[in-house]
Formats: sequence, C-alpha cells, structure tokens
Amino acid sequence: MEKTQNNRAWLLVLPVLVVVAFSAVIPLMTVVNYSVNDTFGNNAFFWAGLEWFDEMVHSRRLHEALGRQALFSAIILAIEVPLGIFVALNMPKKGFWSSLVLVLMALPLLIPFNVVGTIWQIFGRTDIGLLGHTLKALGLDYNYTNDPLDAWITVIVMDVWHWTSLVALLCYAGLQSIPQAYYQAARIDQASRWAVFRHIELPKMKGVLLIAVLLRFMDSFMIYTEPFVVTGGGPGNSTTFLSIDLVKMAVGQFDLGPAAAFSIMYFLVILLVSWVFYTVMTNIDRSQSDIPEAM
Amino acid sequence: MRVKPSALVMVLYLLFLLIPIYWLVNMSLKTNAEITGTFSLYPHNLTLRNYRVILTDPSWYMGYVNSIIYVVMNTVISIAVALPAAYAFSRYSFMGDKHLFFWLLTNRMSPPAVFALPFFQLYSSVGLFDTHIAVALAHCLFNVPLAVWILEGFMRGVPKEIDETAYIDGYSFPRFFVKIFMPLIASGIGVAAFFCFMFSWVELLLSRTLTSVNAKPIAATMTRTVSASGMDWGVLAAAGVLTIIPGALVIWFVRNYIAKGFALGRV
Repeated sequence: MEKTQNNRAWLLVLPVLVVVAFSAVIPLMTVVNYSVNDTFGNNAFFWAGLEWFDEMVHSRRLHEALGRQALFSAIILAIEVPLGIFVALNMPKKGFWSSLVLVLMALPLLIPFNVVGTIWQIFGRTDIGLLGHTLKALGLDYNYTNDPLDAWITVIVMDVWHWTSLVALLCYAGLQSIPQAYYQAARIDQASRWAVFRHIELPKMKGVLLIAVLLRFMDSFMIYTEPFVVTGGGPGNSTTFLSIDLVKMAVGQFDLGPAAAFSIMYFLVILLVSWVFYTVMTNIDRSQSDIPEAM
Repeated sequence: MRVKPSALVMVLYLLFLLIPIYWLVNMSLKTNAEITGTFSLYPHNLTLRNYRVILTDPSWYMGYVNSIIYVVMNTVISIAVALPAAYAFSRYSFMGDKHLFFWLLTNRMSPPAVFALPFFQLYSSVGLFDTHIAVALAHCLFNVPLAVWILEGFMRGVPKEIDETAYIDGYSFPRFFVKIFMPLIASGIGVAAFFCFMFSWVELLLSRTLTSVNAKPIAATMTRTVSASGMDWGVLAAAGVLTIIPGALVIWFVRNYIAKGFALGRV
C-alpha cells in the first residue's frame, strides 16, 4: 500500500513511546550506569570504566554459560525444525480434524512456563512420574537430578515438547498458501513426493521457516523458567544457561557491575539477531507484495 | 481399514504432546497417598480434594486473582496504546518510522533476565513494588511491541480508500477510528488481546521479581510450594491444571491465528 508522508503520525505513536520508555529505556539506562560503576553499597558509586566488561569478557563462568547456551540452542533447532516440518506436512488440510489438531497442538504453547517445568519435573521423576517410572522399569538408569546427561535430555525433550508445535504451525500456515494447481501440475509431471517437497513446498515455506528458526533461536537463547523449575540449573552448573546465570549473579549475589556488563553484552547479541530477523521479515513482506497473486 | 501414514504420524505426535498433560491432570485427581504409595495410570480413588484446597485457601486462590488483575491491566494498556501507533505505522510514512519499528522489535526480543534487576529498583524507587500495575507495566516491555506488530498486520489488510471516504463524509479522526475502523479490524484486536493475555499469563521471571505478597502471581505461589520440604504433589498438579484452563478455553476461537500471533502478525 502506498503510504502518505506525514510527520504528525508521531503523535499517534507517542503513547507507545511513553510506555516503552518507562518499561525499557529507563531500566536499560540503569543497566548501562551500573556497568561502568563500582559500588560498596549505600548508593555510592565510583567510576570503573570498562573494568567490568574486561572482567566479563575473560570470565570462564560466562564462557561456559555461553557455550552451554549455544549448544542448547543448536540442539533444539536441529530437532525442532525438521520435526516441525515433518509434522506440518502430515497435518490434515481442512475440516473438523484440522481444527481439532490445531487446537491440541497449540495447547503446550499456552501453558505458563513454570507449569511446563512442573509438568516435566513430575513426569520425569522415577517415583511418581510416568516417564521416569517407565524408564526405570525398562532397566535404564535415569535420574535428572543427579546425572548431567539425563538433565540435559530432560530439558531438551521438554523444549521439543513445548515449542515444536510452533514451528509446525508456522510451516502449516506456509503450506496452506500453496495453490492446488501446483500439486496438480506436479501430478501431471509425475513428480515424486520428494520432488514435490523440494521444489514446491520447501520454497513456499522458506519465509515462514526463517521466521520460525529466528523465533526459536531468540526464545531459546533467553530461556529461563523451564530449566530453572526442572533442574534449578543443576546438577552442578550443567544446565545453567545464560539467563539463569545472569539472574543468579544480579539478584542472587547482587554483583551489580559484572551483571550489568553481562546484560549489555547479552543484549547486544540479541540486538544483532533482531536486526537479522527484521531484515528477513521486511524482505519477505516486500517479495510477497512484488509477486502478483497466483490465479 | 487402511490407516493413512499421515494420520499415524499425527496420532503419535499428539500422544507425545498430550501424555504429559494427562499425567498432570491424573495426579491432580489423586490423593497424595496414592501418588506416592502406588503407581497407577488413572486415579483409583477419584478425589477433588486438591482443587478444594486451592479454591478455599486465600494464599492459593489470591494468586489467580492477582495474576488475572495484572494480566487484564496489561492487555488493556497494551491494546490502548498500540492501536493508534499501529494505525500510524500502517498508513503513514514519517521520519524514523523504520527505526522505531525495529526498536520496538528489539524490546520483544530482549531477555527478561536483563531487565529483572533494573525493574526491581525502578519500581521500588517510585513506590510501585508489589503492586499489580508494576507487573502490568513491566509486561508492556514485550506486549506493546507485539500488539503493535499484530495490529499493524491486520490494519494493512484494510484498504485505504475506506479512510479517505470517511474523511470526505466529514468524520473526524477519533470518530472514524472508533465507529468505522475498529469494527473492521475487530478480529485483529481480539487476536492481539489474546496474545497479550497469554504472554503476560505465562511469564514468571518479571512477575516474581516485582512482587512479594500483595500482588504475588500464581506462578510464584507454585514455585514456593516446589521448594517447600513437605511436597504436596496433588495440590501442585491441581494448581498447574488450573493455569492451563484460561488458554484452553479461548484457543478454539483463535485457532486460525495462532501462527500469526507467534510470528508477530507476519504470516
């Protein structure tokens, strides 16, 4: 749509600016302030320059948390994206069943994060949980509170359970936009199932798939509540991801300076990914409006 | 009867999704003796005691009341400020609009953990700590950008000619907006409100950090019970089931918009 040039539109945006300024800009400024100051309490601050940043960049604790975080995000993306595509391809296309499947699939997405944690905490317990009990009955030595590997598996399966539906629903939305004529043409050409997927469905899903990957990356990168409820970051530090570590540092130990420097670097990473996300989205919008509607 | 492979895949996937939820419901209907004593796939002694505990004990049910109060406040604030802004983004180009739109997105993407401590200090210093409005405002951090993005997506679908005709007919902007434009995007407002409600409802970190007693959300009440030594599994499960209900009730009406809402209105 052709937009009118009108700088008075700023007036319409003003309420949003005021609210977001209060809920984002002011807190962020506080973080910046802490990150360059040292304090011994009583609101007395001393200029510390980039000392905290220097300390954090070389902090082994941060490197380890970052490593765990990157590994976690990589694993869940590697599982959720192919699984989500696979599920989307198998979803019923229309009618009552499609509605029912949509609703059931969306259910995990709407459960409070801590309840997701609670569900898996209970589910995985060997004494009262179905999963833990079954695994024990099968003779497997499974205990997510003691064994780091089991804790990781539990947290990953939980995330797959929680978010694969999102990937699937996005892909499904992309698939729904493919005109039937494409499939008919493919049938006339006697294209194989794989060829249909590779040359019709995948290109059509490219846009939504990018959105799905970026959303899952961002959200998994700042995951906090679910692993916190299930494992509390343990055993040891084995499931302490970036957000958990940050909250430990800021609210638990009250190390304001290092935590603030940590926050800012964390935020910059997110900012960079957001920028990629935004560029991708606007490019998709543009390419969609360039292509004339298919028949 | 021949079974279609795609149906089989869906049945398996849905089982994977539903069994953990079933287990929670199952536990919420058992007595604690049955939970810890015997291992049963369904409640042998069906009991509603766990629900009764929650619905009669103020320290439990006030958690739900608090959550609902701040979630509704947040939804109203988010939609109210997002409506004009989304209209501006969908209709006009103005200085810095692209940068502003991007900046809003970064707020949706920022980790709540980064904001937990500064929020705590900010709201304590202005005397809003442990109030509902504090949590409602804090959740605006991610809900206002979300509402703007979703509403903008819906508004772009309304042809501009409608605005122009209304202005020619002598409608003022506020009257046009309320009388003509808002009914046209009613479904969009509904979807945006639903997602604001949901994202505020599921968030724990900020709401827990900003409250202690008076505005304590149900999510925080539950974590307190988890850390207590004498574990009341049945009540914990019942509390969990009750938090799932609001989403499960509304989801049928927004089923075709779920992907849209999570993708910030871009699908």
